[in-house]
Amino acid sequence: MKKDTIFGIIGWIVALIIFFPIFWMIITAFKTEQGAYSPDLIFKPTLESFRDVFARSNYFLFMLNSIYVSVGSTLVCFVFAIPAAYSMAFFPTPKTQGRLLWMLSTKMMPAVGVLIPIYLLWKSFGLLDNVLGLIIIYALMNLPIGIWMIYTYFCEIPGAILEAARIDGANIWEELWYLLRPMSLPGISSTGLILIIFAWNEAFWSINLTSAKAAPLTVFIASYSSPEGLFWAKLSAASLLAVAPIMVLGWMTQKQLVRGLTFGAVK
Amino acid sequence: MSVAAQPVGVPVGAPESEAKPKRIFGLLQAPSVIVLLLWMIVPLAMTIYFSFVRFSLLNPDVKGFAGIENYQFLWQDESFWPAILNTILLIGWVLVITVVFGVLLAVLYDREFLGKNVATLLVIAPFFVMPTVSALIWKNFIMHPVYGLVALAFKAIGLPPIDWFGDIPLISIIIIISWEWLPFAFLILFTSLKSLDAEQKEAASIDGAGPLQTFFYIIVPHLQRAIGVVVMIETIFLLSIFAEIYTTTSGGPGHATTNLAFLVFALGIQQFNVGIGSAGGILAVILANIVAFFLVKMLAQNLKSGQ
Repeated sequence: MKKDTIFGIIGWIVALIIFFPIFWMIITAFKTEQGAYSPDLIFKPTLESFRDVFARSNYFLFMLNSIYVSVGSTLVCFVFAIPAAYSMAFFPTPKTQGRLLWMLSTKMMPAVGVLIPIYLLWKSFGLLDNVLGLIIIYALMNLPIGIWMIYTYFCEIPGAILEAARIDGANIWEELWYLLRPMSLPGISSTGLILIIFAWNEAFWSINLTSAKAAPLTVFIASYSSPEGLFWAKLSAASLLAVAPIMVLGWMTQKQLVRGLTFGAVK
Repeated sequence: MSVAAQPVGVPVGAPESEAKPKRIFGLLQAPSVIVLLLWMIVPLAMTIYFSFVRFSLLNPDVKGFAGIENYQFLWQDESFWPAILNTILLIGWVLVITVVFGVLLAVLYDREFLGKNVATLLVIAPFFVMPTVSALIWKNFIMHPVYGLVALAFKAIGLPPIDWFGDIPLISIIIIISWEWLPFAFLILFTSLKSLDAEQKEAASIDGAGPLQTFFYIIVPHLQRAIGVVVMIETIFLLSIFAEIYTTTSGGPGHATTNLAFLVFALGIQQFNVGIGSAGGILAVILANIVAFFLVKMLAQNLKSGQ
């Protein structure tokens, strides 16, 4: 098994190289602002930067905005997607496949192609720098993925089980509540997590449509790009807090992620 | 092709009552269809309209039908051709880097080794980092011309430092974006590779195929579809790359890192020139549609053959 050891070593070296920038961000977050510029690996860890981030900026506001926007858009998306996916999966018609593909094709529109009209519309509706404005955009952006993923999960539930329940006299609500809900819950929750990740990390619309009031974390972190704002330790602390929860979610949904990312084209 | 062969979702309910509930259930799709229809048509129609009128947010006197003036202006603007070239270079290089390294990584991780699951988590981690954070940790910690780790390492061995965003700005952006998208390519290719029959590989090795032959005659052909998916999906997202440029170079120095997305932002949102910005947006839409055409065609084939 000597060969396996060699491949294991190569595999680990590659993994560590890829992860290195994130690792460096993590340790810099625990350095002092003065110590952040030196490449020392051994230092006395401090929570100073985290305290500074909370004290000097409205970090909680940005974090709350991120949570509102990602969770809110996912819930809105579900309200539209679950009924649509349900009817497509259990009552397919000749049009269903074409309709699914059409829905996906709306994802192919590059955001930059509709930036200007959306900006002007949102401006006239008072949705600029408004959490609701981003929720609407993200819900629409994620809707095709949501429908598609939930559809594929529903399709895995054998129709025969539902049929058997119906023969046993279950009505439609009992069928939905006692059979479909528990059977599809794992699929729906992993869909939800993936949609939350997408909305949390989206930066094109958030930078263009929000500024101070409704800015999520992506926009707040972007404010560290100004030359006068070169506070590496604080940047790292703020970034770590913004990235860590979503990375854990991402790791948890690793297996379902491929389905969501490729619209089921690769399983 | 035939509808009867559709394996998904056996209709529930007695045959005679089938037609009526079906129509009712079809209504459940209506809200999604309507909002997506609006989302697809309204902004695009507006962009097309704006691209043919004179429209500046700063000067209300600028108005009227412009014909192809906006497109002509864009065409002649000194930043236009660099932006097109940068968009193509950016997408092209990121695709090459992520696919080549993605395939190699997938093959490497197809073997069992100690702690593979943990190593996999580290490899896919960059995909979950928000673009503004990715851009800034690379810009500061790795690529800073004085305090960056590369600069420090070069200094230690006596090499002159690289001014990443001054001398090779587009390459720097390409490196950052490739790092962000490599996990995506890896994850999809790795998943696809798992479905490759172990027997097939075994048969090849019994027949005396070396590792290189196995790679080029069995693994690469098997991954072809997945590579196609990676290329198309990445292309659509890479057309709108914006946050990384916004936080690192703001399109500069000069126009060195201005891509189509950044150009539209600069013209339409920063300079308030709606007409010309919209013309740029339409060009991006046309590029994306060419790619999308092939992607949807492939997904359609998959729907028919798969499941």
